[in-house]
Amino acid sequence: MAEPKIKLDEVLHVAELARLQLSDDEARQMQAQLDSILGYLAELDELDVSDVEPTFHSIPMDAPLRRDVPVPCSDRSEILAEAPESEAGGFAVPLVLEVDS
Amino acid sequence: MAGYEPVIGLEVHAQMRSRTKLFCGCPTDYGAPPNEHTCPVCLGLPGALPVPNEKAIELAVRAGLALGCQVAPHSRFARKNYFYPDLAKGYQISQFELPLNEKGHLDIEVEGEAKRIGITRIHVEEDAAKNLHGIGSGAVTLVDFNRAGTPLIEIVSEPDLRGADEAEAYLKKLRDILMFIGVNDGNLEEGSFRCDANVSIRPAGQTELGTRAELKNINSFRFVKKAIEHEIARQEGVLQGGGEVVQETRTWLEAQNKTVSMRGKEEAHDYRYFPDPDLPPLAFDAKRIEALRQALPELPEAKRARWQKDLGLTEYDAGVLSAHPEVAKYFEAAAEALAKRADKMKASEAGKKVGNFIQSEVLRHVSTDGLSATFPVGPSAVAGLLAVVEDGTINGKIAKKVFATMVDTGKSARAIIDEGGFAQVTDKGAIEDEVRRVLEANPSQVQQYKGGKTGVLGFFVGQVMKATQGAANPKMVNETLKRLLDAP
Amino acid sequence: MTSFPWQSAFEIREQVISGAMTAVDVTRAYLARAEALNPKLSCFLYLDHEGALAAAAQVDRAREVGEPLGPLAGVPVAIKDNLCTRGVRTTCASKILGNYIPPYDAHVVEALRASGAVIVGKTNLDEFAMGSSNENSAFGNVHNPWNLDRAPGGSSGGSACATAAGLAPLALGSDTGGSVRQPGAFCGITAIKPTYGRVSRYGLIAFASSLDQVGPMARSVREASLLLEVIAGHDERDATSADRELGAYHAACGRGVQGLRVGVVRAQLDQLQDPEVRGAVEAALESLEEQGATLVDVALAHAKHAVSVYYLIAPAEASSNLARFDGIRYGLRVSGEDLADTYARTRGQGFGPEVRRRIMLGTYALSAGYYDAFYLRAQRVRTLIRRDYDAAFESCDVLCTPTTPTPAFALGEKTNDPLEMYLADIFTLPPSLAGLPALSTPCGLAADGLPIGLQIVAPPFEEEKLCGAAQVVEDACGLVTSHPPAFA
Repeated sequence: MAEPKIKLDEVLHVAELARLQLSDDEARQMQAQLDSILGYLAELDELDVSDVEPTFHSIPMDAPLRRDVPVPCSDRSEILAEAPESEAGGFAVPLVLEVDS
Repeated sequence: MAGYEPVIGLEVHAQMRSRTKLFCGCPTDYGAPPNEHTCPVCLGLPGALPVPNEKAIELAVRAGLALGCQVAPHSRFARKNYFYPDLAKGYQISQFELPLNEKGHLDIEVEGEAKRIGITRIHVEEDAAKNLHGIGSGAVTLVDFNRAGTPLIEIVSEPDLRGADEAEAYLKKLRDILMFIGVNDGNLEEGSFRCDANVSIRPAGQTELGTRAELKNINSFRFVKKAIEHEIARQEGVLQGGGEVVQETRTWLEAQNKTVSMRGKEEAHDYRYFPDPDLPPLAFDAKRIEALRQALPELPEAKRARWQKDLGLTEYDAGVLSAHPEVAKYFEAAAEALAKRADKMKASEAGKKVGNFIQSEVLRHVSTDGLSATFPVGPSAVAGLLAVVEDGTINGKIAKKVFATMVDTGKSARAIIDEGGFAQVTDKGAIEDEVRRVLEANPSQVQQYKGGKTGVLGFFVGQVMKATQGAANPKMVNETLKRLLDAP
Repeated sequence: MTSFPWQSAFEIREQVISGAMTAVDVTRAYLARAEALNPKLSCFLYLDHEGALAAAAQVDRAREVGEPLGPLAGVPVAIKDNLCTRGVRTTCASKILGNYIPPYDAHVVEALRASGAVIVGKTNLDEFAMGSSNENSAFGNVHNPWNLDRAPGGSSGGSACATAAGLAPLALGSDTGGSVRQPGAFCGITAIKPTYGRVSRYGLIAFASSLDQVGPMARSVREASLLLEVIAGHDERDATSADRELGAYHAACGRGVQGLRVGVVRAQLDQLQDPEVRGAVEAALESLEEQGATLVDVALAHAKHAVSVYYLIAPAEASSNLARFDGIRYGLRVSGEDLADTYARTRGQGFGPEVRRRIMLGTYALSAGYYDAFYLRAQRVRTLIRRDYDAAFESCDVLCTPTTPTPAFALGEKTNDPLEMYLADIFTLPPSLAGLPALSTPCGLAADGLPIGLQIVAPPFEEEKLCGAAQVVEDACGLVTSHPPAFA
């Protein structure tokens, strides 16, 4: 059997990077699906593109620049109303420990 | 025991003083209540898009030019992807490949030795939000996005520094330059100028670099030196104990006087940089770069040299007067105004007088806050005061009293003198009467003078000044004394 | 005059302006029809009765006081639910957005409001616009009005279905790799993917930023062209928005194709498995020829790599774009043991399977060690695809291909094999990767009554050519008056 394009532990590592919780079943299924997709995408390997510039922006242009003039900010109460949790004008998240000492 | 050589590279994050954030029009001012200075862009709301701030980009180019960098004709924004509550979009817009500025340098001096420190790159990026702890119920972390999106430059040095002293000198000089070109307010304590240090050590003579630790959270010049010295000592201890230095991020804990590992937070950092598809490349043609170079404010070092050459200052005075860009401006304005007012006064003379007066009288009333400074009176008022000293209306001693009144009342020197009897006695007859009284009262000193001991002249001057409570014009007293004593 | 619900936007505006009907009456009628038929079609996620009637009343008031009325005065428009609407729930058909209510309107929504259009509701889509069948909606899949067992296409399936079934005369979708064109073809309407940068993306919730464009959908070429005219234009809030003059798209519909060189990729047509699709496309090409166009054989040697290129670039960008959905500032939060667990649960449970798959694929393609081999390589091949078009447009003015290899496939047919679903995008992906404008318009019906779409592609910013050519096809095939039998 051919070596899979992506192994289960790589799937788990990528899921960790992407902050996606996957159950064991989901991880196995993901591995199979990604393996099949990556298997197809490998067709690009037949092309030698080492001398070809990448196209990051399909329509070439330079970044426009904005004048440094303040504009009105959002209404804080409207913004915070969308937050799952907020307190004292801030967005509340589970305690973040900045340092493990 | 074999000596170790420390190798240090610094990464400085400096907030740029544009009025608005890097990618949106929210103000960058400090001090607003949490999340009042936010909008869909800096909050990373769905569908919002970044548009770069012209002023911020120009300030970054200015920093590059001041530090001898090459400005890229095309540079690129990239996304640095990681999750953290202070990062609204799950990525920071930064630069990776093709930064705005590359290959610069900064010359420092340590114990009289000049040394050139390479600057690898200076790139533009957005600041993160602030995580607030211990507020509200205390059971949660609160995120305030007011700071999120504030423009930063990250200045990355080459690992050219060989000790904590050099690192400190580099940082001080860098801060000085960034303040004088109006890019950064130099405020370490408030975090607008932040430094991370990559520290490694190697046996003296070895060319290969040792494993480095990245020191974070160094927010004062005092800490920089201490933290680096501690880290060097820690690594020496590890190596001498037969251990190995681990590549990791460590943070300086001032209260505990040590660096500690931040392991766990650094697990599997894989930032997945890629060009930001929302932002086309930044273009700078040679003409625009040249125009920005021409508009670059005078750098502090050049300024000090010019002052010594043209404005009669000593190296020390020049250093004191250029401690803050606003003080420097104040000094220059006052010196120029005095040279204009006082007839035929040379620039160097005016500079010296103004410089002395600012140092002895004005500076103690000056307070600075970031790039701004508050002065007790304007520079032209100081020039006005020194001009009336120059024309003999008052003497230097009285000038100090007049200045104190100027500070208290905000009135001009002339107005205070007119009201308060601070003017000197310039009445020829009155002065001559006083001189005669002094000469009569001190016959033996008169004899000494006539015998050739002309040095006693100073004694007579002092007596006259004392008798007039300092109000007599010293020049006229001098002249009158000489005339009477030298008379046959 | 065509009768409800099949009147054109032009006819509705005419009636409103003449006073034959009020905008409120028009709006009520469409809302009632949508309310009645939506349970069968699931094309709307939300009908905004209140907002729509208020907007309509404003048009009527404006008419009464004699204010000028916009080009879409009183015309109901359905909007894909990945476009931000101030105060109106916007979900991207994802659980992760919860009941998110944006604080601002997308640029295109502002443009619609300014044109007098009445936004009747938000349409269903594949979650975050990722999909080709609309089966990836978290809120139930849309049905094809021509055959309820068939897929409406995706991701703008709700907008295509609503337009085709007469629930609204006009709709907005978004197109990243074919997401207005493919459902347009499946549902038998005209859909335009503008040149990248022609329409502002501000307020369009990003899927793949270097590819996303908002596109108009309508039952006729003229209406789609008019809608394009309303939404296109420069917007300073989108740094990729083109600052170029607008075309007269509606006027261009009457220009014909005399002398137009129409490029055909013979090899592509010959390889088509579906004879009915091939037949319909050939017939459309003939009608273009009859009206004075000349057919030119062109080659797109690298178009066959478009699926691979697209399924690396789009997921990579998506993995970063969707990082902002972290349960902190808005949307769903699934609390866990700590911050990391909360992130993982929120995102793991908030995103559906296809979105998770693409985030995984994109994260992988950008991760350390794979960036060059996957992401960068794909961007290089993208250059080859672009160059093919540059070369092709030397010898032709527009290019014609089928929009899809087959008419609408059955619901459930491809859900178990993501790759097979991706491969169905083979014709719509190449122009997207090159940033080119492309239009799909009906060119025939298959024996089982399902519509077949013709795709026309033009060089950047030459949408006018698309409109002119598509109008000729529309006139020739006469399908503009055919409606899904079950809803006619």
